[in-house]
Amino acid sequence: MRNPLADKVVEIKPSGIRKFFDLVSEMTDKDVVSLGVGEPDFDTPWHIREEGIYSLEKGRTSYTSNAGMKELKQEICNYINRKQGVTYNAANEVLVTVGGSEAIDVALRAMLNPGEEVLIPQPCYVSYDPCTVLAGGVPVAINLKAENEFRLTAQELRDAITDKTKVLILAFPNNPTGAIMEKKDLEAIAEVIIEKDIFVISDEIYSELSYAEDHVSIITLPGMRERTIMINGFSKAYSMTGWRLGYACGPANIITQMTKIHQFAIMCAPTTSQYAAIEALKNGDADVAEMRDVYNQRRRYLLHAFKEMGLDCFEPFGAFYVFPCIKEFGMTSDEFAMKFLETEKVAVVPGTAFGDCGEGFLRISYAYSLENLKKAMERLERFVKKLREEQK
Amino acid sequence: MREQLLKIIEKNSRIDLKELAVLLGVEEIDVVNEMAAMEADGTICGYHTLINWENTSIETVSALIEVRVTPQRGQGFDHIAERIYNYPEVNALYLISGGYDLLISLEGKTLKEISMFVSEKLAPLDSVLSTATHFILKKYKDHGTVLDKKKSDEREMIIL
Repeated sequence: MRNPLADKVVEIKPSGIRKFFDLVSEMTDKDVVSLGVGEPDFDTPWHIREEGIYSLEKGRTSYTSNAGMKELKQEICNYINRKQGVTYNAANEVLVTVGGSEAIDVALRAMLNPGEEVLIPQPCYVSYDPCTVLAGGVPVAINLKAENEFRLTAQELRDAITDKTKVLILAFPNNPTGAIMEKKDLEAIAEVIIEKDIFVISDEIYSELSYAEDHVSIITLPGMRERTIMINGFSKAYSMTGWRLGYACGPANIITQMTKIHQFAIMCAPTTSQYAAIEALKNGDADVAEMRDVYNQRRRYLLHAFKEMGLDCFEPFGAFYVFPCIKEFGMTSDEFAMKFLETEKVAVVPGTAFGDCGEGFLRISYAYSLENLKKAMERLERFVKKLREEQK
Repeated sequence: MREQLLKIIEKNSRIDLKELAVLLGVEEIDVVNEMAAMEADGTICGYHTLINWENTSIETVSALIEVRVTPQRGQGFDHIAERIYNYPEVNALYLISGGYDLLISLEGKTLKEISMFVSEKLAPLDSVLSTATHFILKKYKDHGTVLDKKKSDEREMIIL
């Protein structure tokens, strides 16, 4: 029999997180504390769930139009206008997708010709690289640096651009580092982007989880709206991960082609989720603010705990991750995470799962209760102390 | 900071001050001062514990009593309210808009104790016109907390 598989797919490496989580799930010990999952620990606010339930009760169980319900698209436009002061036309500049992740995939497929390069600042979320490959593009990593608080600098961007570069993926607030890009940081790179005539896929799924000041999108800068696909969704802001709903906004010529792929591959995003999402956008601001306050308290708690145990960590102002440095222990991230899991039964994700330059770092998610975080920090302190004693 | 502080201690009054300061991103002394100020001005009225008495061997009966009263000249409802809330078994007392005037939340050891309160203390008061007593059969949720329900983390491992 012939090989049924496509080489391109087989060659994609399985995610580093997977390997690690398989190990965790094999551990039957009840005492294991996981700080590994990157999804909110809150239930979706009840009034949003209720809208989903009502829609089912009313029998709203058919497809919606391909790009999403008109009312939802309009609410999305209103929301972006309210938050960023940028206007999109709901009729042809918005696509409702199955999570932000589908939007990433579809955007890349709509924009890449074979061999065109996609700049991917790392460490980053694990799917940009494989989605680029599957879309026929060539992923090019930009290794961000801890001393820049994992922000992308204009120089780093300039150095990475070749005449094959088509798209830059910008993912701030960032998973896994928690880094943000402030307006001045964005202005610096926007200049290069416009000069070199490349496009941006801006994954802003963590936009509502920004703790220093309100998130600024690159679409607000002059000349950027017309060359940016802005991606967001409901998972992180409204704690709606399982509803699988996201969206992309951008210039009509790109959104139209993305909608074409979406309509053939997916048809439309889940109807129940779309009804719930309308309620989220209309009446969910208070929920978002409340969850953000709680995340922020946990973030402060972790940073304080690191400081107490003398663990090096820059202050991340976004998402729900901290990214402490463990280079002082002379171990790889993998080794550290593994040993920590074995001896103290705490699961954290090695930084290398998010790109080679994550070596020497750990991703710790604070989408966990304060009690869990406390338990984990006590164990981390004990672990770190022991390692330091062994080093002497 | 005041609002966030209150939100935290409303759910967890046992939290230590040092930790509270860390969560709020302020100095411990600021937390101490703020709480002292709020205790003094009556914003913080006490530090109570939410108890699900059903899980103890202590039997209690609770009731909500609707009361219609005649307001008194010059004092409105305040005078009669004070007469009522001074009884230690009265847990809470509210002035209510709508079909009746006062709502009493009452805790007693037995059904009899509650009916004695109504018939011997409450009903004979001059300005009380009528009462309607509702016994509480089950408490599902109290002070924003769902009783008797432990939540477990059911999130599955996912690449993210």
